[in-house]
Amino acid sequence: MQARLIQRAKELLESGEVERVLGWTAGEFFYDLTPAVFTTVEVLEKDFRYNVFAGANLSKYLIAESRKPGKIAAFLKPCDSYSFLQLVKEHRINRENVYVVGVGCEGKCDMEKIRAAGIKGVLDVKQNGDTLVLDTLYGEKTMAVADALAERCAVCKSKKFAIYDELIGEDGEDSDDSRFAEVRRLEAMTPEERFAFWRGELSRCIRCNACRNVCPACSCEKCVFDNPASGVENKAAASSFEENMFHIIRAFHVAGRCTDCGECSRVCPQHIPLHLLNRKLISDMNELYGAYQAGADMESRPPMVDFRQNDPEPSIVHERGNR
Amino acid sequence: MQRIGVFVCWCGSNIAATVDVEKVAQVLAKEPGVVFSTDYQYMCSEAGQNLIIDAIKEHGLTGVVICSCSPRMHEATFRKTVQKAGLNPYMLEIANIREQCSWIHKDKEQATEKAVILGRAAIAKVHLNAPLTAGQSPVTKRALVIGGGIAGIQTALDIADAGFAVDIVEKKPTIGGKMTQIDKTFPTLDCAACILTPKMVDAAQNENIDIFAYAEVEKVQGFVGNFTVTIRKKARYVNPDLCTGCGLCTEKCPQKKAPNEFNLGLDNRRAIYIPFAQAVPKIATIDADYCTMLKTGKCGVCSKVCTAGAIDYKQQDELVTREYGAIVVATGFEPINVEPYGEFAYKQSPDVVTSLEFERLMNAAGPTGGTLLRPSDKTHPHTLVFVQCVGSRCDGDTRGKSYCSKICCMYTAKHAMLCREKYPDTEVYVFYIDVRTPGKNFDEFYRRAVEEYGVHYIKGMVGKVVPENGKLKVQASDLLENRQLHIDADMVVLAAAIEPDKSARPLATMLTASMDTNDFFTEAHPKLRPVESPTAGIFLSGACQGPKDIPETVAQASAAAAKVIGLLAKDHMTCNPCVARPDELMCNGCSACEKVCPYGAIHYEDKEFRGPNRTMLLRRVAQVNPAVCQGCGACTVACPSGAMDLLGFSNQQIMAEVDAICK
Amino acid sequence: MQVNESWKPTIVAFCCNWCSYAGADLSGTNRLNYPANVKIIRIPCSCRLNPMFILRAFQRGADGVILCGCHPGDCHYTTGNYYARRRMTLLFSLLDYLGIEKERTRVEWVSAAEGAKFAAVMNDFVATVTALGENKRLEDLRCKQD
Repeated sequence: MQARLIQRAKELLESGEVERVLGWTAGEFFYDLTPAVFTTVEVLEKDFRYNVFAGANLSKYLIAESRKPGKIAAFLKPCDSYSFLQLVKEHRINRENVYVVGVGCEGKCDMEKIRAAGIKGVLDVKQNGDTLVLDTLYGEKTMAVADALAERCAVCKSKKFAIYDELIGEDGEDSDDSRFAEVRRLEAMTPEERFAFWRGELSRCIRCNACRNVCPACSCEKCVFDNPASGVENKAAASSFEENMFHIIRAFHVAGRCTDCGECSRVCPQHIPLHLLNRKLISDMNELYGAYQAGADMESRPPMVDFRQNDPEPSIVHERGNR
Repeated sequence: MQRIGVFVCWCGSNIAATVDVEKVAQVLAKEPGVVFSTDYQYMCSEAGQNLIIDAIKEHGLTGVVICSCSPRMHEATFRKTVQKAGLNPYMLEIANIREQCSWIHKDKEQATEKAVILGRAAIAKVHLNAPLTAGQSPVTKRALVIGGGIAGIQTALDIADAGFAVDIVEKKPTIGGKMTQIDKTFPTLDCAACILTPKMVDAAQNENIDIFAYAEVEKVQGFVGNFTVTIRKKARYVNPDLCTGCGLCTEKCPQKKAPNEFNLGLDNRRAIYIPFAQAVPKIATIDADYCTMLKTGKCGVCSKVCTAGAIDYKQQDELVTREYGAIVVATGFEPINVEPYGEFAYKQSPDVVTSLEFERLMNAAGPTGGTLLRPSDKTHPHTLVFVQCVGSRCDGDTRGKSYCSKICCMYTAKHAMLCREKYPDTEVYVFYIDVRTPGKNFDEFYRRAVEEYGVHYIKGMVGKVVPENGKLKVQASDLLENRQLHIDADMVVLAAAIEPDKSARPLATMLTASMDTNDFFTEAHPKLRPVESPTAGIFLSGACQGPKDIPETVAQASAAAAKVIGLLAKDHMTCNPCVARPDELMCNGCSACEKVCPYGAIHYEDKEFRGPNRTMLLRRVAQVNPAVCQGCGACTVACPSGAMDLLGFSNQQIMAEVDAICK
Repeated sequence: MQVNESWKPTIVAFCCNWCSYAGADLSGTNRLNYPANVKIIRIPCSCRLNPMFILRAFQRGADGVILCGCHPGDCHYTTGNYYARRRMTLLFSLLDYLGIEKERTRVEWVSAAEGAKFAAVMNDFVATVTALGENKRLEDLRCKQD
């Protein structure tokens, strides 16, 4: 697949159709492919990487890139395409300046999963069909790709593209609602259990802002947390309360705009399942206001700037209890 | 740092009895920025206002906090006061220590403590206040009157006489409303049509008045001075410009089975009809529910007989959009449905009628040509029983209304009197809870019914009406004599309660005008602003605001007209300066604010901003039209970056209040 | 949790200017009692209430926050309370999801004519929050218990 992407990127650059290509390159480690913009064929051929660790969602970079002169080609996986279209819908990305190359995706891997399977000292990973071939300090090992999939990919919301100009690989189908299973598990807990769960998770937050910085929905010109006039400004939280406020407000601010791409949890150095906050709000909005997928189209009205006269009252939260 | 003055009002003993006003002033004097603090018996009095003015000048105050009654009461008063002293009127905040403190708390210590906290919150807010200047918006010099009954006609005539254009929208094919169906009017017994129809003609002929009959309001946008209203002109299937109102079609139409609304269904009319002889506009209307041509495509008789060629079976509803500066609601009333009152046998016997039906049976233009005949067998009735308060004053009974319908006592006296006058051979009984006659010449009128016309007034309610062998067996109690009565009546007349017209509730939603639980429109102040809705630019005329008789309706109609004329006489309206304001540097241009704005006050512009390294960036940013923004604040919360804020209720101001309260 | 007899919760009530603030005034005019620890902040419309204000109140020591606005359909600005309704529903749900007592937040629609309802709502809300005790969980959420 990497060769196909490089080949196509090369054609696009050489033909002059685009001036830049947004893709991935090697990061500090082989398992953290990093977004990169390529302007020359030479660098592209040398540094472009695409493999099972190309999880990074490239959409957010297009806010800045699409405003530069000249067209840019961007490789978007199905879930990235939702973030992309949502940002186009919010007038954040200049659609005319982007050539979207859809890249079919069967899910990306999570190094933690590989480690959790007891495989240590991994030096490199290759994909062979449904099998991962791992080159380790202790010799070659194998495991099924399915067992190494990131949680967000294991319960992928959709393999169907929201948008593309051309496609490499295949367009897929919407998935079932299995991604909400973890939310349901938490909902079924008593408030005390939930409190204990979140306390265990959120107490690890070091307020590094990685979740905010990676989030395609968190792309405000100026974030409220950086704005002294907002009343909630705090670059580094002064108290534990501000910490919690940060996550609550962040979840709320992206409600109806979050496409559930799961980048927040992927980048969290403390492995806090932050996506479960957003996913809860998505689940609530689907349940209370009708199914809605942010970024699926350009026309629909996001639930938080919409209403029905017969919407349920807020007391439904008090009434429905634990489920 | 602001220089703030605090003024604590005693409101006589209203505040001072439960709040230690002196202590409040002393404690608040120590708040940061407070350079002057005092208390006074009546801050709103001239002396009190002068005290404020003097203190502003003497101490160079930049902000004022008044601890007093609700801002809803005197905010406007005190804004003018501080303005007199040279301060911007929006440098004032009011701490509500009367309605929300002294009046609800008994413990003086607690109330004093709370008053201090409320004062602190106001001080915290004033620290962040900034001078605001109200903008201006032009006033469209045309009024819309919704409803063409006597209320709407009177309002429209008065507005038109003052030289302003006014449109009447009436949902029925003719204006005139309920009064057209009434036979005689109390307390003078002059004929309703004789006094109403000339006014209808006046309205039609007045060049300042446009009448949209058989039309409904579809959509209302805008705000005081600048409403845009879409009116749906329903298809009459008759070209109004060609129809001469000759009525030939209404005689030849073969479909004779349509119930005649004008006579409340007591007789039938044709499928093409003119409601009554003096209808305005006098144009025929085809009832699409009954017209054979429209239903089956076969007939066309009216088209054949119409020499003017006015019949147009293909006519469609037409939408008209017009601009108005003011809107008057005159949607009137309807009698309630009395069918749920099974005890009065309304559904079982046609001889049990409502009072409005009785009007038609007495009216020369009614189904019986003015001769009182029983609907069942068209015979002359000898014993009539009138039942008062059917659905009125019945608290706890879901079939009726808790309020007094106000007009029933008088029209029943009228009916009883007319009955006895025209048919001296009749016996007339009136059952009542109380007879209420507070009105000029009203009690005299009622006394005449009893004393001159020998109407039997019995205090007590009718328990049951049973139709039996052509008679109506009435069981009732006489509370004064403490006995049960059994009367064999020929007719029973029910004084049905009146309720607001069904169209009022959806209209209120369109107008954002508030209503009470009975669907009567709420007035801006029950005593001092009785003809205005709390929503600026919306005025109330007639029974849509509460039950009224004709003189009262006309009085209120003219009062509403006076208010409208006062508004339309202005060239500009002063806008609310507490409007949304975007910070362009923070705006994402995402359109969230635009989507939630109910007024369309937000649009976007591409503007150039300085980017890094001396580059220029073109960014899409929100712009608010301050003349259109009403200051609700929906956009401020929809905005993810917090770029949108509300002047006068800014994020920082509200949070400062929160902090002061929670400290 | 120990319930301190003399402890009184701090309650912030956000009231829209047109209906609920007037309703609160009416309950004053009618001399209907509710506890003095309820403090009202006037906002133009329930849709002006930013969830951040509620969190700020909790942060600064509020034990309960209630929003009162016009009944749905009666909003002075036509649609404001419909948006407020969705926002509050989601906020309350999220707080509940975090295990924070959902009873500390509430929305009530109170018209300008419902002075009695305003007082009743406040009495009930104060009783509910008093029974819950001090608002600790939001503060504690990040700190692991020993």
